[in-house]
Amino acid sequence: MSDPDIAGPDGFEPRIVAFFCNWCTYTASDLAGTARMRYAPNTRVVRLMCSGRLDPQFVLAAFRQGADGVLIGGCHPGDCHYQEGNTKCLRRFELLRRLVDQMGIEPERLRLEWISASEGDKLRDATNAMVATLRRLGPLHLEPVPTPPAKSKTEHFVPEPAGTYPVMLADE
Amino acid sequence: MSKPKVGFYWCASCGGCEEAVVDLAEAILDVVEAVDIVFWPCAMDFKREDLEAMADGEMAACFVNGAIRTSEQRQMAELCRRKSQCLVAFGTCSQSGGVPGLANLYSLESILETAYRDKHFSNVNPEETRPRSHIATPEGDIELPTLDESVKALDQVVNVDYYLPGCAPPPQLIVEAVNALVEGRLPPRGAILAPNIAQCRDCPRIDSKPEESVIRQFHRPHEIDIDPETCFLVQGLLCLGPATRSGCDHACINANMPCTGCLGPLDRVRDFGAAALSATASLLDFDQEEQIAAAMDGVVDPAGAFYRYSLPHSMLFRRVLPERTGEKVS
Repeated sequence: MSDPDIAGPDGFEPRIVAFFCNWCTYTASDLAGTARMRYAPNTRVVRLMCSGRLDPQFVLAAFRQGADGVLIGGCHPGDCHYQEGNTKCLRRFELLRRLVDQMGIEPERLRLEWISASEGDKLRDATNAMVATLRRLGPLHLEPVPTPPAKSKTEHFVPEPAGTYPVMLADE
Repeated sequence: MSKPKVGFYWCASCGGCEEAVVDLAEAILDVVEAVDIVFWPCAMDFKREDLEAMADGEMAACFVNGAIRTSEQRQMAELCRRKSQCLVAFGTCSQSGGVPGLANLYSLESILETAYRDKHFSNVNPEETRPRSHIATPEGDIELPTLDESVKALDQVVNVDYYLPGCAPPPQLIVEAVNALVEGRLPPRGAILAPNIAQCRDCPRIDSKPEESVIRQFHRPHEIDIDPETCFLVQGLLCLGPATRSGCDHACINANMPCTGCLGPLDRVRDFGAAALSATASLLDFDQEEQIAAAMDGVVDPAGAFYRYSLPHSMLFRRVLPERTGEKVS
């Protein structure tokens, strides 16, 4: 499915999770589609009602679940459908990218773009630029989070029904 | 009926959690009255063999504090798990990694390099000795614990039934937990044994908490004269109260210091640092990109500030290792 003009030579296809606001950037991606613009197919778009809805946890969860980059798209400053949601997004983004940098993730992997509903071409260019950057950086390798072994038979504790403690030995 | 047996153990911790048990003051007599302490090497003469000699599940509850970094700590955590019916992560280090967990910002190699070779530290180590796990002596070979690459929370090594948060856990939470244990009114497995409300909710300074964005510049506590009545956020101080669980009777706030978040997140938050970051950033009173960026420069160490007690429990778990990126860890 990759376009030969866009796909990299080494076979690495960056995965980008994109958080687009409903009123501007998501509509711009619709426009790019209906206008039949050709651009890299590497984004998985999550539609938010507003970029102000973007919880920093979403970004970290995307990285944890295998994203090589995260692209956030919102309305231009002053154009927010909800007055100032995009400003709130910007405030969080400015702090979050410093945190992400400290965690050893290249700052280029997290990107914020203001793209209005009429800017399908800007969406195309931003996506292509980010894919090119990620190709250069390569895949993001996060250390796996350790997990304990499955519950063993020697773990007897059953908290229900309440009131039976300390008589708690329940075999299976 | 015989008293329920309980144990205490410590891993990578400062000893403050043991201190917290002693801090119970007179209440500790009630605890001793209600339970039978069968394992507490920090305070009394117990050895690992005593724990090994117990039947599986013999202890009603074992309270383990401290994070996990060495092979010995891992083995002891597994042993405590096996010998107790109910394993409680005691304190923020075992709950989420704690301050030792900040070591996950560095690779093990760079930590050893700094500790044993760096000339900036008061190291006198001409032979550049490093910790070893195996050493041969005339009396025989000695095996010592090895260090893991990363610091882990207790529940990343063994299954944990309950969490008693805090650095150290506040006495009233400990007493409440022990009472619940003895009286058999513990909440469902996996619960955090502290109120599920934010610090701000019952903060003595809540009346001056801002409704809207107010911060124009971040300060560090030593840089300003802190007003003892007004909300820290209004004063531009990084107070993590909005994202932090309550239950400590605002010990730091009453001492005129902002909350650093040791009681950890509320039930519905997965990543404490991200939640605290979000709450902090949205209070900034600027709209322009340059102004916002300049103000955020005032948060000198975001990872250290927001993940002070929970880096291993964060979604990223640790800093990306240098061999993964080819860069040198500073």
